[in-house]
Amino acid sequence: MGEKILLAHGSGSRLSHDLIDRILAPPLNNPILSRMDDSAVFELSGKVAFTTDSYVVSPIFFPGGDIGRLAVCGTVNDLSMSGARPLYISLALIIEEGLELEDLRRVVESVAETAAEAGVIIVTGDTKVVNRGQADRLFINTAGIGLIEGEADISGSNARPGDRIILSGGIGEHGMAVMSKREGLQFNLPVTSDCAPLNHLTAAMLAASRRIHSLRDPTRGGLASTLNEFARQSGVGITIEEAKIPVHDGVRGACELLGLDPLYIANEGKLVAVVDPEDADIVLAAMKKNRYGVQAAIIGEVTTEHKGRVVMKTRIGSSRIVDMPAGEILPRIC
Amino acid sequence: MRFIDEFRNAELVRRLADKIARVSTRPSRLMEFCGGHTVAIMRNGIRQLLPPTIEMLSGPGCPVCVTANSDIDEAIALAGLPDVIITTFGDMLKVPGSYSSLQKARAEGSDIRIVYSTQDALQVARDNPQQSIIFIGVGFETTAPTVAMAVVQAEKEDLRNFYVLCQLKTTPPAMRALLDLGEIKINGIICPGHVTTIIGTGPYQAYARDYGVACVVAGFEPVDILQAVEMLVQQIERGDPRVEIAYTRGVRPGGNLKALELMHNVFDTAGASWRGLGEIPCSGLKLKMKYARFDAGRAFDVVLPPAREAPGCRCGEVLRGVIAPTGCKLFRKACSPENPIGPCMVSSEGSCAAYYQYGESDG
Repeated sequence: MGEKILLAHGSGSRLSHDLIDRILAPPLNNPILSRMDDSAVFELSGKVAFTTDSYVVSPIFFPGGDIGRLAVCGTVNDLSMSGARPLYISLALIIEEGLELEDLRRVVESVAETAAEAGVIIVTGDTKVVNRGQADRLFINTAGIGLIEGEADISGSNARPGDRIILSGGIGEHGMAVMSKREGLQFNLPVTSDCAPLNHLTAAMLAASRRIHSLRDPTRGGLASTLNEFARQSGVGITIEEAKIPVHDGVRGACELLGLDPLYIANEGKLVAVVDPEDADIVLAAMKKNRYGVQAAIIGEVTTEHKGRVVMKTRIGSSRIVDMPAGEILPRIC
Repeated sequence: MRFIDEFRNAELVRRLADKIARVSTRPSRLMEFCGGHTVAIMRNGIRQLLPPTIEMLSGPGCPVCVTANSDIDEAIALAGLPDVIITTFGDMLKVPGSYSSLQKARAEGSDIRIVYSTQDALQVARDNPQQSIIFIGVGFETTAPTVAMAVVQAEKEDLRNFYVLCQLKTTPPAMRALLDLGEIKINGIICPGHVTTIIGTGPYQAYARDYGVACVVAGFEPVDILQAVEMLVQQIERGDPRVEIAYTRGVRPGGNLKALELMHNVFDTAGASWRGLGEIPCSGLKLKMKYARFDAGRAFDVVLPPAREAPGCRCGEVLRGVIAPTGCKLFRKACSPENPIGPCMVSSEGSCAAYYQYGESDG
């Protein structure tokens, strides 16, 4: 049995310092963090984007990622979707007593690798240890600060009739990868989580066009939720085509089996952009050059019809409404 | 993807739709019995592809939806007993009973776990020998063999803490009850693909013969469903109602003999109470005496509050095909998937949920 996290690791004692010195600090080190003062101190000028999110995924390691990568990507992506360049991230760990030290090390190293990939630095952090049963192995909160350069005005309420809807790649991969490893529902799936930092992709898109009106990463609730949010916030209708939405065969197969719809399954490395029709092709070309946008496709457009609603043209030539998901998505009964 | 893409082929769909429009001359009312078909029809917008002569009605084929309130109340009461773990398919969780739901009972502290198969429920029983594990056995002939299998296995392993709350139902008696009611004239039935895989087409012969209703067993993809509609329309136009199979890759006329034998060994038929249809003789499955010790209904004594229906809820009429979900005053107003008044809005195979989620559009 390996070394485990004890309550004392969070007590501010010698053990706490030991944990920081051995596990946390080495992979994350940078000049701002290493001052080890009560706050991170840095210069910043311009229009600032600021966001926070908590991560409670179970299991903490899943095909294609882990809670550490997720915690960095989630916050980096939230900043990127506002048109910001992510710079600084905070990292707060809530650890359940008994977590293997080795597991924590792996998560922190994953945080460091993902931060390096995104080009952000972890400038401040916190560690708490709670009694067994008061958390599920490890919870993480990250907050992030980014700068908005130029006059980018990106918002879910900016979609205009005629705009094109661009999706960066296949949907449902994160949700199905995690679901395939849940207790009581284990199956082998040739699909890994798409968990990825999208800031380089959005930077390339924003460099290619100044007429990107909305950006959002379709996480919980999937593509269907994001499109419905755009339609409601902007007071427009959205029409998409089923045949143009990329879905990995493994995701499709698992969804068929479980009675789920990929449109409602979570993504962690995809984005939806609403772009002026004149710039749609330029933006699409820029996306395809990025490793996280290779499969990007124009999947539909904004319309003046059916305001506030999303309508999908099905593969078989009919159409149907794509509504917001309702509550917990559960496997079907028969 | 094989066995999926070819059954969603746009060209094939168009050709079938054209043929149906050409052949259909007289007003025909078709009922899809199965909730799985209702969802597939709504999700694929199939009604838009049919000519105005054809009216599609949704039937009572959603096991969660037809579960009577008193049966849900019993499951909730069992969940409140000490040292009991309830295992159930996820769909049952949110279904409102007379006063509460399993989901609310879970929030109040009952140990209720979602399983994906009866095998998972057995595993919970093995892992928790000090507690009583009750599986909520709701379903039709598709689920019944898996419940039977679990009971046989529990007997073999001498698992003393595994129980089934047996609320299984069989579809043919319900179909007959619906036809006997005579509230609506039905010309053709899209017979359930998965149920028929188990029971075969034998039970439907009487509908064609005694009620003059065309019967075609269908699969669940757009091409499957349209092919079944086309076969039904041909029968209706010819005035020659009979039983046919459009789902030959899944269904044999004699059904699945192994599954039938297993069910026969474990269950006796019994009367069952259906939401919307009331008490129907011989439409339920109860554990045989030799397996009585697994029967949660016998093993545990619970006092049930008097069952009641939610005021204004018309799930019963929806299940009988008398009104469409949109004909209920509560639909999309007081009743939504987030705040369901009746079970048809909860289950993933419920008509109201399907109409709510996929409501057709002119777009």
